[in-house]
Amino acid sequence: MISTLRIVMQKELRESLRDRRTLVNSLLIGPVVAPLFFILILKLALARSVSTEDESAPVTVVNALAAPNFVQQLRERGLEVSLREGSEADIRRWIGDQKDLVVLYVPPAFGERFTEGKPAAVQMYADGSNSEAGKHGARVRQAIAGYSALVGSLRLQARGVSPTIVQPVVIDDIDVSTPSARATLMLGMLSYVILLATLMGGLHLAIDATAGERERGSLESLLTLPVVREHLIYGKIAATTVMMLVSLALVATSVSFSLKALPLETFGMTANFGPGVVWRVFLAVAPFALVAASILTVVASFTRTYKEAQSWLGLVLIVPTVPIAIASVLDIAPRATLMLVPSLSQHLLIQGLMRGEPLPVAWALLATVSCLVLGLALAWLAGRLYRREAILG
Amino acid sequence: MIRVEGLSRSFGAVRAVDGVAFEAGDGRITGLLGPNGAGKSTTLRVLYTVLRPDSGTASIDGVDVVGDPLATRRCIGVLPHGANIYPQLTARENIAYFGRLHGLEGAALDERVESLVGELDIGGYANRRAKGYSQGERIKVALARALVHAPKNLLLDEPTNGLDVMATRALRALILRLRAAGHCILFSSHVMQEVAALCDDIVIVDKGRVVAAGTPGALKAQFKSETLEDAFVAAIGDARGLE
Repeated sequence: MISTLRIVMQKELRESLRDRRTLVNSLLIGPVVAPLFFILILKLALARSVSTEDESAPVTVVNALAAPNFVQQLRERGLEVSLREGSEADIRRWIGDQKDLVVLYVPPAFGERFTEGKPAAVQMYADGSNSEAGKHGARVRQAIAGYSALVGSLRLQARGVSPTIVQPVVIDDIDVSTPSARATLMLGMLSYVILLATLMGGLHLAIDATAGERERGSLESLLTLPVVREHLIYGKIAATTVMMLVSLALVATSVSFSLKALPLETFGMTANFGPGVVWRVFLAVAPFALVAASILTVVASFTRTYKEAQSWLGLVLIVPTVPIAIASVLDIAPRATLMLVPSLSQHLLIQGLMRGEPLPVAWALLATVSCLVLGLALAWLAGRLYRREAILG
Repeated sequence: MIRVEGLSRSFGAVRAVDGVAFEAGDGRITGLLGPNGAGKSTTLRVLYTVLRPDSGTASIDGVDVVGDPLATRRCIGVLPHGANIYPQLTARENIAYFGRLHGLEGAALDERVESLVGELDIGGYANRRAKGYSQGERIKVALARALVHAPKNLLLDEPTNGLDVMATRALRALILRLRAAGHCILFSSHVMQEVAALCDDIVIVDKGRVVAAGTPGALKAQFKSETLEDAFVAAIGDARGLE
């Protein structure tokens, strides 16, 4: 049995490695390009949110002479103030020309009202449909509110009233998540990227070795050889598993490298994905490759052509997401019993490893054993399916 | 030596093979002749153990086909209908893969592959990947693959399908050489001329039954016909399947 298995496995791998299209699909696009793409999108999203917090916003002030202290305060609060003179119609024209422009108009009565202690109004002109103008406007509003609150409390103090009296309730934000845990929430998708790339790695071989072999007309010859049919299919499953393991190693490494490109530290986050974690992620997901290879082979055994197999296996790729999705929606905490569910257990283990949390060895063992049991059961089922005469189609 | 007795096999309500019986001797070429759908392929598939018969027995070199399929497969070389080879492997690798699964390895395997490449005149393209092969080249490699373990018995299902004249002639020459070497060759065809040109014995099947069997001479005598073609028409009752 072992020698048949080895001969079939070697031949299937050799054929797959020679097919350039397969190689690009299985070992480049899935495991290497997909995570890079994912990280790139994440990076862009991060870069945008970084800029809104730190960047100084430009603001144009009209009639600044009416409120010199006010304008100076805006400058000190990090706004890029430029002065310009014009009527209301001019302001509207300026914004028409430059959509993200925010203009503050200081009415002539500003100084008088301010000195009298009455609310002094300024008019803020901005294009509400422009997202940049919205961001700048928010920064300007923030700066004015800060200045206004400061002056307000100074006035109260001058009248012998404690400023705290106008703050009946205050909010203290206390974020209890560790930096890594925060990153993991955002990077939670990554475990699915890893599982999917692993599956994709073996997809082509699984189809080609079963439905493909039947469609091309080489299966019948193969079945006339003096070997047990089950051993042939076990060899094919083994080859698919090997491709998936290669793909898994690639995707784990690629994720590790791409994460370095993320400015996570800016947010006080760290993603724990060094070489030690790459290795552990590989070990945690490896048993899942057997389950995946066997599922794909079983499904492909029912189909008659490469195309038909492809469309069915597209559905199969969704199966591993189901437990992960249910667990995320219900917000289920990791526990030992969940380690019995393949794909969910891998997801939770990857998450735990990325968070840098200590994981019980028993969990990893449970996850491994349950995957191996299910994988071998499915491989046995694939063997049974290959005994049927209908396999010839 | 192939012996078939009372072989039947149905697919649902269709009786594809219905009590077929014949013998194919060593050193002889036996042709299964009949129109499309007569049950030729089903009979061969039972013999090369991918289908089980509903009833009846078959043996190859004394090995019961149903009782011991693994031993049966060791003593047969098979070219199934429309057989194809692996497109990403070279001819040599295609042949060697089957050799390995037959338990050959090392120098013995290399030697065997080499001698087949020479014998079947595959040398010109033996190290090229099979995806660009012509139909004739593919059939030759598939045949070499079937011969890799030097089986005594050969089962060929419509081997000349899709071959041009030159390739057909080459294949005929090869089959004749194998007969001279003492092999038992059973092949199916729906082409009258094919069978007439090659076969020592002819088994005419129609609707799953053997309607006549014997040497070409005996068949002509039995149906009092001048030609084998007339004998065929007389045997199956009309001219279906003649080309």
